[in-house]
Formats: sequence, C-alpha cells, structure tokens
Amino acid sequence: MIEVTNLTKTYGSKLAVDNISFTAKDGEILGFLGPNGAGKSTTMNILTGYLSSTSGSAKINGIDVLENPIGAKKGIGYLPEQPPLYLDMTVNEYLSFVYGLKRCKMPKRSHLGEIKSLTGIEDVQDRVIRNLSKGYRQRVGLAQALVGNPQTLILDEPTVGLDPKQIIEIRSLIKRLGDNHTVILSSHILSEVQAVCDRIVVINKGKLVADDTADNLSKSLSADHKLIIRVEGREKDVKPLLEQIPDIKTVRVLREAEKNVFEYELNPRKGKDIRREVFKRMAARNMPILLMRGSELSLEEIFLKLTTGDFYGNEGSEDE
Amino acid sequence: MTAIMKRELASYFTSPLGYVFLAVFYGFSGLFLWIGCLRVGQADMGVVFSMMFFIMLIMIPFLTMRTMADDKRQKTDQLTLTSPVSLIGIVAGKFLAAFAVFLCGVIVTLVYAIMLSVAVKAVDGAFAWAVFWGNFTGMLLMGGTFISLGIFISNLTENQMIAAVGSIGANIALCMFDVIAGYVSNETIKGLLNNLSVFYKYSEFTIGIFSLKNIVFFMSLIVIFNFLTMRTLDRRRS
Repeated sequence: MIEVTNLTKTYGSKLAVDNISFTAKDGEILGFLGPNGAGKSTTMNILTGYLSSTSGSAKINGIDVLENPIGAKKGIGYLPEQPPLYLDMTVNEYLSFVYGLKRCKMPKRSHLGEIKSLTGIEDVQDRVIRNLSKGYRQRVGLAQALVGNPQTLILDEPTVGLDPKQIIEIRSLIKRLGDNHTVILSSHILSEVQAVCDRIVVINKGKLVADDTADNLSKSLSADHKLIIRVEGREKDVKPLLEQIPDIKTVRVLREAEKNVFEYELNPRKGKDIRREVFKRMAARNMPILLMRGSELSLEEIFLKLTTGDFYGNEGSEDE
Repeated sequence: MTAIMKRELASYFTSPLGYVFLAVFYGFSGLFLWIGCLRVGQADMGVVFSMMFFIMLIMIPFLTMRTMADDKRQKTDQLTLTSPVSLIGIVAGKFLAAFAVFLCGVIVTLVYAIMLSVAVKAVDGAFAWAVFWGNFTGMLLMGGTFISLGIFISNLTENQMIAAVGSIGANIALCMFDVIAGYVSNETIKGLLNNLSVFYKYSEFTIGIFSLKNIVFFMSLIVIFNFLTMRTLDRRRS
C-alpha cells in the first residue's frame, strides 16, 4: 500500500513535483507515465527516501518515509533509472552485499538462487558486472530490488535497454510479481504500461493529469466516437450524400488515400450509431466502402492529448 | 554497516588501490627506518613516525578519494541511501574500511619495533616500548583524522581526482596552522594556532609526549569530520 498525499518538491525555484496525490493498493501494479522531466523519477526518489519532499507526505505500508525512513525502506525494493551496480563486483558478490545491506533474515542461498532464476541471471552470476551487457545489468538491478522480498517494488523504467525477448520476459515477471506485491512502474513506453499495469497515473510538468485504468482513460477521452471511412468515388459526390444522413453532425475530408478513394471523418450526434446507415446509403449508390473504423484513441493519442493539450478542458477544439 | 564495510574493504583489494597504498607505505617506512635507525644505529623510531606524517598526508587522500565520490558517480548511493541503513552506518562503514587498510600499513611499524628491540637487547640495551606505543597511537589518530577529512571531501564531489587533490590540500591546510603561528607576534593567537595544528600535536607524539589532551583532540576531529560527512549526505536529499 502506497499513499502519496499532496507531495510537492522544489529545486530552488523550480517546481519538480506539484501537489501530487495518489494511492496504490496492495497487489496493484500502478503505471507511472509522463514525458521526460515530468517528475516521475523525482517522485520515485521521494517514495524511496533518496530525496526529501518539500511538503506533503508519502507512506509505504502505513509508515511515513520522512518520519521513519529506515522502517519504510525495509518494505521497499527500488530499481532506479540507472541500476545502482558496483561494477567491480561479480553478480554473486553484489547480490550478497545487497542481502547484507538489507539485513535479510531468509536463508541466503535459496533466496538469492530463487531471485537469480526469476530474473534469468544464473548464467552470469560469477561474472564481473563491468563486463555485462546493458540488458543483464538491468536484470541484476531488478534482482537487487527483489532481495529481501519487499512488499513494495518501485521500478523506474525497468525495461530500458533490454531486447524485445527480454522485455517480454521482464514484463511477465513484473505481472507475476504484481500478484503479491505492490508495484509502481514508470515508463515512457505506453504499450508497456497498457500491457502490465492495472492503473495508470499520468503526470506532466510535475502535475498529476490523470489517474484511471487504461480502458477508462481511453473511453473518457474519446467520448464522441468518430468514425473514419474510406469510400471509392469522387469527393464531391460522396460528401453531400454523407451529409444527408440525419445522425451525422459533421463530415470532414481527411485525404485522398488511394487514387479516387477519399478518407472521411464522420462525427455522429451523441450516442448515435451511424455505421449501418452509412453502409446502406453508400451501397445503394454503388460506392464501395473500403475501410471503416472507430476513432477510439490509442494510449499514444491519450498520452499526447494529456500531456500537450488540456485534458478536462475543451476537447472539441481540435476539430476546427 | 558491516555490509558496507566489507564491500569497501573488498573493493580496496579488487583494484590496485589497496596494494599500491600499502606498497608505498611499507616502502617509505622501511626507507625511513634505514635512514633514521639502522644507518645511524639508533633505536628511537621517532624519525620514522615523524617522516611518515608526510606520506600519510599525501597517500591517505588516495585511499579515501573514491569512498563517496564514486558512489555518487555510479549512482550506487541510490542503493545505500534507499536501504534500511542509517547515515551513521554508511559513513562509519566507509571510515572503518579505509581505516582497516591504513591499519594494515601501520602495523608494519610494530614489526620494525620488534626487530629493533631484538637488536637493542643484543647490545644489552632496553627498547623504549612506551615511546613506541605513544608514536603508534599518534599515527593511528593522525591517519584517522586524514581519513575522515578525506571522506568528507570525497562526499563533496563526483570526481575522484578532485577529491584526492582537494583532500591533500585540506590536509596541508590542517597542518599550516603552526607555520602561520610562526609569523604571529600576539601570544594568545599564536598559542591558539599552535593548538589547532595537527602537525604540532602529532610532533608531540613523535618526541615521546603522550597526553590525553592530544588524544581527545584527534578523536574530536575524527568525530567532527564524520559528522560533517553525514550532514552533507543528508543535505543532498533536499
């Protein structure tokens, strides 16, 4: 359980985190999304006690990070943006150092063995970290966070630098870990957040701009289900026909997709399903529809919309 | 704390740093032993200890230069500072590791002393063990002071070389008080400066003065510098 209340952090006069509040429940995977410099890492650094906050509080499993830092840190496994590896140590040496550092009580050999197999670093366990590739270093960093089996995992861009196969492995590992851990994960990669996380928190310029499930975000942002169609036929013939359909509010020609095939964006009246009507009318005039799709926003579009435009403000303004 | 100390200690000997430090330490102390004792047929090791002061002044910064700076550069401080370890634990672990390496160096003077005592006995003399232990304690305290100051300076930068050069500079500054005192006519200020000079205090050990006052002086310096390291470590969080 992670509770962040009115968290604010300023560096001099620069506001890095601006009054952010959110919670992550037990067994939840929370995605932390935002462009570079949005304050993701700063927030995570405050949660783990690496930085102090200017005001507001952060509680890990009910323990305030500022008031009882050592108690709170016991329950956290943290993978920072750059894995904190001692390059002159071997993987085994490093993990047993972390084991000692976190004062673990579990049987050392089996616990570390389990972590090594989970993160897939058994092959490199006797190698010096300096000689490992970025992907392996990342995984050793993740292994380090898992030492001591902390209740809460805070992972700052855990899949950076991994190859596609490793990314899938690490994602499924995180998903599995999410069953009995609270996980906060930050990422630039939207599909990753969509695939792994139960809930998404979007921050931009230090402010929280959205906090919801991926599906809900997508729905609430594309409230008016626009329809994109491609119709074969001259534009000046097709457009008036479409405009005659009573449930359509506006018709906009987007572009000529192929020769003599135009793409249109249809904006229906609220709550109306116009697909059948459009099909019938076009078919009647022998104007083949080559493509028809809803314009539900993808996470990429949501992200852009949230971080560049005003989210809860006027959404229709883009149409003009 | 023990985890950090063990790691730091191991890192001194997985890199050439620890070996080079000890080699220089052993080499010069041997040289000074020959110059000050063996060549002139003297059993008083005061010369060895007073000359070793300058070796410590220059070599200890190399021992401490990366303690904090490298943690910052490699961002491994994100691991130590987010682990359930207190700031005291972190600083003490690093201090004790560097001190242990230093101790490995100092211990060689004990070997010299045993050697000399055997030689002195052969000519029916008595080796002044009390003086030796005084010197030995002085050297440990002096080294401890340089180490804590070095760690403090290492904590102020990410660059090891800056840490090393800065520490040597700071060490020299710490010894300059009595040089400055030489140019001061006012007796009160002169006395104050002399009392602040670590070189002056250390010299007292090497000429056989073993005073509680000096021990407390060095101990306080060690505590103060380690405390400053902790404070700057904590301040970085804001």
